[in-house]
Amino acid sequence: MRFGLAGLLKNAIRQNRDWPEQWPSPQPKARYDVVIVGGGGHGLATAYYLAVEHRLRNIAVVERGWLGGGNTGRNTTIIRSNYLLEESAALYDHALTFWKDLSQALNYNVMYSPRGVLTLAHSANDIRVLKRHIYANRLAGIDNEWLEPHEAKAFCPLLDIGRDSRHPVEGAALQRIGGTARHDAVAWGYARAAAALGVDIVQNCEVMGIRRDHSGAVCGVETTRGAIGAPKIGIAVAGHSTRLLAMAGLRAPIESFPLQALVSEPLKPVLPCVVISNTIQAYASQSDKGELVIGGQADAYLSYSQRGALHVTGHTLEALCELFPAFRRLRMMRNWAGTVDIAPDRSPIIDKTDVPGLYVNCGWGTGGFKATPGSGHVFAWTIAKDEPHRLNAPFGFDRFRTGRLIDEATAAGVTH
Amino acid sequence: MLLIPCPYCGSRPEIEFRYAGAAHIERPADPSSAGDREWSAFLYERSNPRGVHAERWHHAHGCGHFFNAQRDTMTDRFVTSDAAAGGTSP
Repeated sequence: MRFGLAGLLKNAIRQNRDWPEQWPSPQPKARYDVVIVGGGGHGLATAYYLAVEHRLRNIAVVERGWLGGGNTGRNTTIIRSNYLLEESAALYDHALTFWKDLSQALNYNVMYSPRGVLTLAHSANDIRVLKRHIYANRLAGIDNEWLEPHEAKAFCPLLDIGRDSRHPVEGAALQRIGGTARHDAVAWGYARAAAALGVDIVQNCEVMGIRRDHSGAVCGVETTRGAIGAPKIGIAVAGHSTRLLAMAGLRAPIESFPLQALVSEPLKPVLPCVVISNTIQAYASQSDKGELVIGGQADAYLSYSQRGALHVTGHTLEALCELFPAFRRLRMMRNWAGTVDIAPDRSPIIDKTDVPGLYVNCGWGTGGFKATPGSGHVFAWTIAKDEPHRLNAPFGFDRFRTGRLIDEATAAGVTH
Repeated sequence: MLLIPCPYCGSRPEIEFRYAGAAHIERPADPSSAGDREWSAFLYERSNPRGVHAERWHHAHGCGHFFNAQRDTMTDRFVTSDAAAGGTSP
């Protein structure tokens, strides 16, 4: 079923009682050509592009919980591609080319809103760092421009640019095409579009082991819903990547950390863009429902507790209230933490592993959502062709052996 | 916030400390014969366990000592803490 005006009118008249289910919930088959472990945005996008671009139809996505119940449903929805290093900028900009038309491609409104991402500078060093980003982005053909403080204020009127602020705004980088999208809709849209192409989406199905044949190549997964055979397995499970890799006897340069976010009570429209400050570690945008969606840096230590410490969110809110004094009396509705997997150079790993037939897409750290379509696209290519796409070739395990790290943490001058 | 048991000062709040990563990482015994793969494993690969994790903490805003501790990464509860072998004071 495709969404269209006639269907919307018909269902509106019938009080929305007759919408069919968006994707079926099949029993897993005994055998697939590809099994994707992880039904988050990246896993579902991978299955979709395997089906639509590589003509593979016998695919399963197995998800431990439910769709939108993991990090996809916990992130802060920000989309941008103004990374400094050319490998990262190319990868994230590849994703941005998909975001523009994703709702049409999936026939599902992912609510992509190119409202602009404003990254603030608070010191002479910030100005240098952000201008370097802008020049690097310009050379790569990526949208990014410099705003003086009064121009930043004009773009985002509630921003305090007073000189006596604790973190005075010295200017800002603006990526106009950056913005937000509805994170749940991205998972649901990819799930629905992939299912329509014959992909089985199997929820409540946790992978307990990875099967290998006598040659050492993968031949399937053990799950809580029985064994599933497959010659190719793609792992896209964010915080739990190292556990899945360990099932195949592999170690990875990845550690898992809590990343917290929070939302305020809903407000009338007050924040017309995304605002990021790397220096004081806070970012915020306003959801279509009116809540401010707020995030900061990851907690400092390895943990799977999905909690994180209150002083980290406290620090984020202090910083935000300095930038927007009007937010001081806002109540916060709820906060939460996801588990993010972080590589030593703060860049993702999208690669084949040393085990034939086993592929991994991990290490997105604190910023994987923005990459979802591009990540799925290049990971599907890697799985289908058994070799990396041009754009993810630099993002392999090999960089930790050759020393060609893609050090975005140092490049951005932040903990990322 | 974690309450971290510094072996020198007793339990103190997390904001006094810096996390210093996994403990007991062994440098290749014969550096000149270790290849890229071995160095890469030493520098970057970690066990990242769900459960008890041996790690180093630096009491940066306290006594300044480094020490080892074991913490359950599922609950964030500390199991033990010890003065690190070869730990340094300021």
